[in-house]
Amino acid sequence: MTAPTTGLTAPPELVQLLTPEGERIEHPDYHIDLTAEEVRSLYRDLVLVRRIDLEAVALQRQGELGLWASLLGQEAAQVGSGRALTGVDMAFPTYREHGVAWCRGVDPINLLGLFRGVNHGGWDPYEHNFHLYSIVIGTQTLHAVGYAMGIQRDGAEAASIVYFGDGATSQGDVNESFIWASVFNAPVVFFCQNNQWAISEPLEKQSRIPLYKRASGFGFPGVRVDGNDVFACLAVTRKALADARAGQGPTMVEAFTYRMGAHTTSDDPTRYRVADELEAWKLKDPIERVKAYLFRRELADQEFFDKVEAEADLLGKELRRACLALPDPSPEALFEHVYAEPHALMAEEREQYLSYLAGFER
Amino acid sequence: MTVLTLAKALNEGLRAAMDADPKVLVMGEDVGKLGGVFRVTDGLQKDFGEDRVIDTPLAESGIIGTAIGLALRGYRPVCEIQFDGFVFPAADQIITQLAKMPLRSLGKLKLPVVVRIPCGGGIGAVEHHSESPEAYFTHTGGLRVVACSNPVDAYTMIQDAVRCDDPIVFFEPKRRYWDKADVELDAPGLPLDKAKVVRTGSDVTLLAYGPMVKTCLESAAAAEEDGRSVEVIDLRSLSPLDMEVIAASVNRTGRCVVVHEAPVFTGLGGELAARISEACFYRLESPVLRVGGFSTPYPPSRLEDHYLPDLDRVLDAVDRVLAY
Repeated sequence: MTAPTTGLTAPPELVQLLTPEGERIEHPDYHIDLTAEEVRSLYRDLVLVRRIDLEAVALQRQGELGLWASLLGQEAAQVGSGRALTGVDMAFPTYREHGVAWCRGVDPINLLGLFRGVNHGGWDPYEHNFHLYSIVIGTQTLHAVGYAMGIQRDGAEAASIVYFGDGATSQGDVNESFIWASVFNAPVVFFCQNNQWAISEPLEKQSRIPLYKRASGFGFPGVRVDGNDVFACLAVTRKALADARAGQGPTMVEAFTYRMGAHTTSDDPTRYRVADELEAWKLKDPIERVKAYLFRRELADQEFFDKVEAEADLLGKELRRACLALPDPSPEALFEHVYAEPHALMAEEREQYLSYLAGFER
Repeated sequence: MTVLTLAKALNEGLRAAMDADPKVLVMGEDVGKLGGVFRVTDGLQKDFGEDRVIDTPLAESGIIGTAIGLALRGYRPVCEIQFDGFVFPAADQIITQLAKMPLRSLGKLKLPVVVRIPCGGGIGAVEHHSESPEAYFTHTGGLRVVACSNPVDAYTMIQDAVRCDDPIVFFEPKRRYWDKADVELDAPGLPLDKAKVVRTGSDVTLLAYGPMVKTCLESAAAAEEDGRSVEVIDLRSLSPLDMEVIAASVNRTGRCVVVHEAPVFTGLGGELAARISEACFYRLESPVLRVGGFSTPYPPSRLEDHYLPDLDRVLDAVDRVLAY
């Protein structure tokens, strides 16, 4: 037996500020005032992020990346929450948070480096306040809570935010992180992108209640937001972060969205979901509704949209060039950074292997 | 000079580490008011407060996972896993996260986290309270693994471990917690990755660590009565191994027995035997023998005397290497 959940109908309790048709609506608890420039900027983010993603998928198909986890359909959840972060906040991503990485100023070539296999993540987490990608599901939630406990001990006014998916909510670490955050009142925002699918498993394999309702059992608020509505994601995350920074503890945000692509480039979603579902979600596209809003309100003209498209094309082209130019790491890199302090075994294995390699050059 | 038990030496070492650096935290189950089930953290919460000595929820993965987050924020957490057999829920965080994060960040992240684990048997405990899981961690690149065997080393090793910028799994021999020794509180200790010759001898080298060092010293004393000169080395560091000290000894004695409580099969003794065969091949007079636990789950405590290496089993192995 399974409990009825998910589906295409947005539940009534979902926070929405911009309808799929591009109509601006108000919500009693979440208010947002955006200038025309800010809306245009969000639109630009959404388009550029999607373009990065499309280019990466293409690069994988051409054998230039080992794998790619597409964010297609989740741009608003990531850009909305990512733009809610301030410089002092720390973000802990999964492996799909390319849009958040973009908002944190991480050069997308660094993301490609990981999926191409030149390193496990080439960016400086402290420079961007954007942690490394986490591939073991849910592990990063505990890191975010520990980091938030550090913020508390520093007496700082900051918060951490951790990204995870609907499937991750079944992990022990995620549940432990809820408990820790709750009992220590840690300044952390749990940002769950419920994209309806954990590879092939629909949400009802993970939960028989809406995910945001789990929060109350742990003793903190949970809110469900339209994850395809960048305004609502921005507003809801801003409030959750502000509450955390103000000492009010954690909030769980469930961004109700949809993974429009495959889980990763290795996945084949036609084996487990029907095409109609995707078609229905396409009508809720996170980018189209902002475009419609900008048109409707006459906040942007065709020249603006053309300019963003051109910028996206250039970004894609540049990313492709940079990806193909990524140098393979040298064999010495095998042994670098494993330990921070001198280590006899590393030194021994490095020396032995390099002298073995040198034997071929004689 | 102060007479301290091993548990108290660790306590004093932790206290010194916390005094020296305000970023040092202690966290774990029951480490606060209770002072830990073995009292290793006794009195620390009273003196350093609840923000620095943290009684955590009862979840081991949570302890290590949040310690990683605290370390990312600049803290130096010392985590207590209450018993060896309870480390496994935290194994994922230790192996997939703690060990790998410095490399994954190309060295931009440092994770100075110490994971303290009371280990080994010999106290008549119920199951899951007597295990020796060190090989799981020595097999994991990115971790350092050490084991103290006596109060003098315990006092300096815990401080060195806290100062080290690498993640460290720190094994404490629980049946030796109440052993006493004179500890010079101001004396510098041997570096953390160095082995120590704790008894010199010329016929056989015994390699041991943690709880088995004392057993080997007793065995060496008994062997002496039979006219056998047995050298004992306390490895102290299990990863990396101090092969210089080990090879120098075995090259002199030509015979070696490795003793640990953990199962012999794919245990640390196997690695030591292989390395010694490479480093001392022309000097070896016999195969390297191993004395350790059986390849069974840890037995009920009424059987543990059969499972754990003791003086007689060590002497039997000494006899066997000398018979070649």
